[in-house]
Amino acid sequence: MTNQQTIEGIPQTEKGHVKDRLKKFMGVQRKDATLAKAYMIVSFVSLLLGALLGLVQGLNRAGLFELPYWFNYYQVLTSHGLLLVLIFTSFFMIGYFYAGISNTLDGLSNGVRKLGWSAFWTKIAGALLAVSQVLIGEATVLYTFYPPMAASVWFYLGLTLIVLGIWQSCFGVFISAAKWRKANKGQRLPILAFFAVGGFVLLFFSSLFVAAEVLFMIIPWTLGWVETINVMVARTLFWAFGHTLVNIWYLTAVSAWYVITPKIIDGPRFSDTLTRVVVVLLVVLNIPGGFHHQIVDPGISEPIKYMHVYMSLVIGFPSLMTAYAMFYIFEKSGRKKGAKGLFGWFKKLPWKDARFLALFIAMASFIVGGAGGIAQTMHQLNQVVHNSLWVVGHFHVTLGMTAAMTFFGVSYWLIPHISGRQLTPKMNRFAWWTTIVWAIGISIMSLVMHYVGLLGAPRRTAFTEYMGNATASSWDPYLLLIAGGATIMTIGIIMQVYTVFHLMFRAPKGEEEFPIGEAEEGNAIKLPYWTERWSVWILLMWATIAMAYVVPLVEMMINGAPGSPPQRTW
Amino acid sequence: MHRYEKIWLTVSSVLIIGFTLIVGYQAFAMDLGPPSDMETIDPQKVDSTAPFDEPGITQIGDKEYEVVMTLQAFSFTPRDLEFPEGSTVHFIMTSKDVVHGMQIAGTNFNAMITPGHVTRMTQTFDEAGDFLVICNEFCGTGHEMMSTEINIR
Repeated sequence: MTNQQTIEGIPQTEKGHVKDRLKKFMGVQRKDATLAKAYMIVSFVSLLLGALLGLVQGLNRAGLFELPYWFNYYQVLTSHGLLLVLIFTSFFMIGYFYAGISNTLDGLSNGVRKLGWSAFWTKIAGALLAVSQVLIGEATVLYTFYPPMAASVWFYLGLTLIVLGIWQSCFGVFISAAKWRKANKGQRLPILAFFAVGGFVLLFFSSLFVAAEVLFMIIPWTLGWVETINVMVARTLFWAFGHTLVNIWYLTAVSAWYVITPKIIDGPRFSDTLTRVVVVLLVVLNIPGGFHHQIVDPGISEPIKYMHVYMSLVIGFPSLMTAYAMFYIFEKSGRKKGAKGLFGWFKKLPWKDARFLALFIAMASFIVGGAGGIAQTMHQLNQVVHNSLWVVGHFHVTLGMTAAMTFFGVSYWLIPHISGRQLTPKMNRFAWWTTIVWAIGISIMSLVMHYVGLLGAPRRTAFTEYMGNATASSWDPYLLLIAGGATIMTIGIIMQVYTVFHLMFRAPKGEEEFPIGEAEEGNAIKLPYWTERWSVWILLMWATIAMAYVVPLVEMMINGAPGSPPQRTW
Repeated sequence: MHRYEKIWLTVSSVLIIGFTLIVGYQAFAMDLGPPSDMETIDPQKVDSTAPFDEPGITQIGDKEYEVVMTLQAFSFTPRDLEFPEGSTVHFIMTSKDVVHGMQIAGTNFNAMITPGHVTRMTQTFDEAGDFLVICNEFCGTGHEMMSTEINIR
């Protein structure tokens, strides 16, 4: 560090201020940064591993690569899902929001930092335990682990530890927010912290469902304490969590769109109150969304399914508001820079800035991903694409583009920020090309998956010729294209992981800004406080959950099917 | 609120309500809802529970058939079905072990076959051809082998 030199030669009055900032950076916030760095390292290492497993699947499925019997396609797929769905995303989310809270709520308290570390190690232990079971062939059940397939009990204990870690990270956020509110009575929580509270509220409450499934149903059943399991109840509890989880990453990504983008493109933030309304709506409406994964399941009556069509569709409403907000800030920023005409602002956006380009492509891809999501919530369309490669294409657009590309865009400034380094123009160019390579690879793969899925190609299936059936062989050219897209994606991931570690350990030392946009309303006007009533929002969330789940769950339990004993079919 | 904002919010609401109404009309007025059978069965006693104690094809009318089918890792019983062109086939299905899926590629026939539940679906085959039938829910290491054909002549 060059701290000493910086302080010399600065007038006395400013010197005190600089010293303060340095103290903050060297002391409390430095420790917070180390925590965030640890989360980022795990996040991007698991991204690399998960992506390589993805490539293996792409090549195998196209018939280009044969897997050994001791590590078959389904073990690869289970590991790919666990690493990317549970580890990459949640470690990124915690690292990013903890850094954001440290930045906007004057540092983490010692207790919260300890909680953050304890969450970190609990999750690592859980992940290692779960993945080890997959590697030794005791848990080839995919990341959805639908009963009555039963893995070894260690696999479920690993998942339990992951959830325990998640809860600790949630409490760290809640405690930080409560503390700040106590010290700043009557003020709105800074916007990034508000997003963090929303995300972790969803994470906490939705993980209760999967915890109930694993702790009260699956573990006693795999241990033989009970003979059978209610398959439908387990599926329903899983999806109450499973679908919410994807929306939590989306909320994480959206926080960067609303808060970070304006600063990067030099425009105002969208209305502070409406931004908070979007967060609140996403929190209140979200958990019932999982039900549309069960639209073609038996044991759920048609009127219930119909109610869920509406309850899933309505989650699209805050996203449509977001679409408006993004174009609004783009146009405002462009006009500020002197753009003329209806679309002149488009040219004024900072296209050469990797931090912006990654976020922009992420947003644009959500137009496709969101439309696909709307299609899947509807009965008949869902039935056409259910369990086909179409679905895989859909969640690679939403997770791999909308969420992951936003995470990439954030990493270009967050990693140097927490590492005391800088994003140089040269690395910016490299990151820009990373973004392009990744976007091309994943677009090819996902679009082809959508199409061949419509033709009937199933998801979650190893290489097969279906006994030479002509329909099956007509899918082959598309499967080759998917393998090609996966190969380009892998190059993109290697570039991305290189970028992250370069920015963390090799880039020139310096200070990289944590870009937080200014509220459009400014700080002059006192904003109303009603957006901050989390107890009300959580109550409304439970009302929505009750409306969605009480009737079908009671029906499944009272009039449910006789249970199933554990099965091992791998 | 700005005027454009109001227009956009109105369009958004109309879209969501419109989709909901269309899906409702299709489901309840046109009977195009997804398979949602409520009938249950003991998954450990499928072999001794009627009608699954005798899986097979029964002709029940002119070009109308009923197929009682069990799914198990990793096969369909009965398999290699054959019907004349224009047949309407009523499938009654259940699983003997884990969760399976049944999809007839090139049609909208797509169902989850969950242990403990009976799924009924009807499909009319208007064109001749060899239709590929696959399990589309992961059911174990032989999942990719779980397929059969429906031949329409």
